[in-house]
Amino acid sequence: MNDPSGNALEIRALQCVRGDAVLFSGLDAAVNAGEILQIDGANGSGKTSLLRILSGLARPESGDVLWHGRSVFALGPEYHMHLHYVGHGNAIKLDLTVWENLQFMRDLGVVPGPDLEEVLARLRLRAHRHVPARRLSAGQRRRLALARLLVSPSMLWILDEPFTSLDADGRALVAELVGRHCRDGGMTAVATHQPLAPASAIPTHGINLS
Amino acid sequence: MNGCGRAFVAVLRRDLVIGFRHRSELGNPVVFNIIVALLFIFALGNDPVILGRLAAAIIWVCAVLASTLSLERLFTPDYEDGTLEQLLLSAQPLPLLVAAKILAHWLLCGLPLVVAALLLGVLLYLPQPGYPPLLLTLLLGTPVFSLLGALLAALTVGLRGSGVLLALLILPLYIPVLIFAVAAVSDAVHGLSIAGQIYFLASLFVLALTLLPFATAATLRLRLG
Repeated sequence: MNDPSGNALEIRALQCVRGDAVLFSGLDAAVNAGEILQIDGANGSGKTSLLRILSGLARPESGDVLWHGRSVFALGPEYHMHLHYVGHGNAIKLDLTVWENLQFMRDLGVVPGPDLEEVLARLRLRAHRHVPARRLSAGQRRRLALARLLVSPSMLWILDEPFTSLDADGRALVAELVGRHCRDGGMTAVATHQPLAPASAIPTHGINLS
Repeated sequence: MNGCGRAFVAVLRRDLVIGFRHRSELGNPVVFNIIVALLFIFALGNDPVILGRLAAAIIWVCAVLASTLSLERLFTPDYEDGTLEQLLLSAQPLPLLVAAKILAHWLLCGLPLVVAALLLGVLLYLPQPGYPPLLLTLLLGTPVFSLLGALLAALTVGLRGSGVLLALLILPLYIPVLIFAVAAVSDAVHGLSIAGQIYFLASLFVLALTLLPFATAATLRLRLG
């Protein structure tokens, strides 16, 4: 692949404007396989906006996001097949059961990943398999939202406040998942206030928006 | 099945399952449709000659009004819970996923209106030769409603009070279908050929089917960008 910069994911001179306010400008960063990009900042500083731009959902005012040297806004689905995005919304259907939600996530993915049973076990949702998502607690719904990371493999994980509503056990689980993903050669962009993987020595780039 | 087909079936099945778990909501447009037709019967009196002459127009106007009711639900739930973002980030072509959602919408909301219209034909003394063209025009016209409605639903997704706005925007666009469909039914009752109207409706349907999923997909990307 034509890759003059040598970086897998590169942010170049990114500027984001919301209404009259400039959220951030002149933002540069790069992430490579096995690395974490941790985005920190006060509420309203543009963490979610930055992640939405990184995922290709929103367009920046100026600047570009490059995937192996090519603009992600031109790549479209060719870029989307390499990423998983877990946003503020859990993107699960409350009328469907846990199992039906997982099936839907798997069917939308490009390559089916591990067995759904295995995913359920790792997220400790096995006992709730046939429970409608409406009857799950907020933390369990967040776990189900994070299941999309596991049902089909992808290179880049973009996580917006993944720890929301999770208990200590759930937070450790997310840290472990991200750690394993990066050790296996994946990369993660995450907006969070908490240190993600303190002891695992994964190279982490930080962006502070405030 | 390849990835595209699997994703199409997944979206279609998911929307149908969710639709059937809200059965009461599902029946509302049909009940509305029948009640509006009954209002006409009460207002005009139960006169077979008058009602029979107006039947096609009444049935079609009721179908048009009822079909605007469900449009807001096409994208709004997916927008609110973040599912729409996931569809936009899917590696599968978005127009295909949008087409699956539109097909599910037609099966849940358009098809029941077609069945209800045949029942209304009996209530409104529609002359016998009017039934085949009524069925045919509804089968061609209601998918156009779903396809056009999807475009405007995408345009107004996430706006406050989008329901009424949506109805105001969509009703004028239904006029061509209404004119040709009602003309076809009344021409058939008078023993005239209806080939022209049917070809026109069929071409509208094919045009809508080939263009609008792409336009709707592009509109969703703009709205969420």
